[in-house]
Amino acid sequence: MHGDDSISIWFFIGISLVVNGVLILGAGIYQYMNPPLPADQVVLFQLHAGIWWGALLLALGLFWTIRNAPSRAMVASKN
Amino acid sequence: MSFLAAALFSDRLVHLTTTDFVIIVFYFGLVLAIGFYLKGRSNTGEDFFMAGREMTAWIAGLSFLSANLGALELLGWAASSYQYGILAAHWYWIGAIPAMLFLALVMMPFYYISKTHSVPGYLKLRFGESSRALSAISFAFMTVLMSGINMYSMALVMRLILGWDINVSIWVSAATVAVYVTLGGLRSAIFNEVLQFILIWAGALLIPILGLIEVGGFRQLRDRVAQNASVEYTHMWSTLGSFTGNPMGIHWTGIVFGLGFVISFGYWTTDFLVVQRVLAAKDLRSAKMAPIIGAAFKMFVPLIVILPGLLGLALLPMKLLPESQAIASGGHSYNEVLPLMLARYCGPGLLGLGITALIAGFMSGMAGNVSAFSTVWTYDIYKAVFKKNGTDAHYVSMGRWSTVIGVLVSIGTAYLVMSFASIMDYVQALFSFFIAPLFGTVVLGMLWKRATAAGGFWGLFMGTASSIGMWAWVKADPAALRYVALSPNAKDMAENMYRALWSWIVCVVVTVVVSYMTKPKPASELAGLVYGATDIPSEGDLPLYQRPVFWAVMVTIVFVILNVIFW
Repeated sequence: MHGDDSISIWFFIGISLVVNGVLILGAGIYQYMNPPLPADQVVLFQLHAGIWWGALLLALGLFWTIRNAPSRAMVASKN
Repeated sequence: MSFLAAALFSDRLVHLTTTDFVIIVFYFGLVLAIGFYLKGRSNTGEDFFMAGREMTAWIAGLSFLSANLGALELLGWAASSYQYGILAAHWYWIGAIPAMLFLALVMMPFYYISKTHSVPGYLKLRFGESSRALSAISFAFMTVLMSGINMYSMALVMRLILGWDINVSIWVSAATVAVYVTLGGLRSAIFNEVLQFILIWAGALLIPILGLIEVGGFRQLRDRVAQNASVEYTHMWSTLGSFTGNPMGIHWTGIVFGLGFVISFGYWTTDFLVVQRVLAAKDLRSAKMAPIIGAAFKMFVPLIVILPGLLGLALLPMKLLPESQAIASGGHSYNEVLPLMLARYCGPGLLGLGITALIAGFMSGMAGNVSAFSTVWTYDIYKAVFKKNGTDAHYVSMGRWSTVIGVLVSIGTAYLVMSFASIMDYVQALFSFFIAPLFGTVVLGMLWKRATAAGGFWGLFMGTASSIGMWAWVKADPAALRYVALSPNAKDMAENMYRALWSWIVCVVVTVVVSYMTKPKPASELAGLVYGATDIPSEGDLPLYQRPVFWAVMVTIVFVILNVIFW
């Protein structure tokens, strides 16, 4: 939803996914480098879901953020 | 961050790390920021109550679905799938898809062309003031109850998972919703619902993915469920030939006619909570496409709700119990299956996102209820009864105040609901009281020109009264179940299905009989309201792939395939 002077909801969603992606990816990498004791590990810890899920959210978030950035919307509305 | 201090209980399912807290706090900050950003764009009644009627089909469609994806959806149906098996998926497929498509193709033109602000508003145009008053009051009552249930569910889960104080959870979430809906009105609620929809998927989809990896695939999941429960838990239709052949104690007639027809059509086509999102669409085609987009996504919600329940049945080492037994024995209840699966797979960061998904679900449901309540209260009760000729600014102000009051009443309701043992059954009972008869009234109003004002009112009144009467009858004399639900073995959900069906039939019969006894409106007064008296714009000039009916057929094909696969 773009109005002439409005920010798209997809931009907010993109920002949200970028922040979540960075935090989850960072936590996943930290856990990969400093694994907790086996008793404290989640099931399927060896898959390191935090790393690939965080990376996926980050990639999706960057796509949405850039595609719906307010500056691009203003350029599009002027054209 | 003061509420975080209250989180420091010793009795909790999971422990959050700093990363998890940052994710949760960021979410609260973002939804409030959206509310503040949209504050300047909600100055008129059209903006505050109808989001300016400028939403695209995608925004309206995702919001339409997200408003329904509240606390009860995520936790209640995961619990139900643990309790009843894959039968619970009926509430997502036959219990939703046909009704959503019917709303899109058949009913939406009348809602949209009449330019009504609400479903009670449509009843006023079609049947007059008395039908509107009855429907508006019952809707307002049901909505604040639902909102209270949402709050209670959220607070309960936050206590179970994180040890957060139940009062703090209720007040913090309620205050957040009150702020962003009061500031930005329906537009803010819709924006946040779309954000919440994405976050719910981002936070919850990992559970079925990792669960299926752990169990070894879907075939192994079926085998494990059959082994841990019984083979009936893995079939959707083949066990419905008798009341005793399936875990829910329901016959296929109850699923098809009670759920698939009356309850589902009642909810998805007349509950203003969801219909309001579609009314905010920018044009008729978008308004018709929005429920179809919602239906397409709805078909896949079982991935994040039903599948985790089945995976819990297959993989969890402990047996989950009904709420009352869990409290008595200190064990885990059905309602904890989703949080337990979350804790099973999600480490730091992912856990925070999973908790955020749950909070987002609760808040989207609550915001949906509160924004719908505010509109119905302002337009259909306050404006109709107390102040007919106020200015637009006055009604916007009333909308903001009623949002705050709606939240406060919901909080009171949340405390009231704490005394009820089974949340889901309670909600189903409420649906059958109000929603099923309302569907009878609205659909006759839209499709039958002969229906009169008196017929509409008395049909709605008698349908609602008969539903409450049947409920009270079974409460007073449990043996009455054999008459209401056609079987003494019927469980609560089956009883709700049949009660809804009877109340709808009562509504339709009374409406038809009274209509034939009273004088109909002239055809000129029915323009824009009734089939046969309304010019519906043709879509013949659109390419096939842009026509709503084309996408409705696509959704129907997938719907049929899914039911056959899980027969």
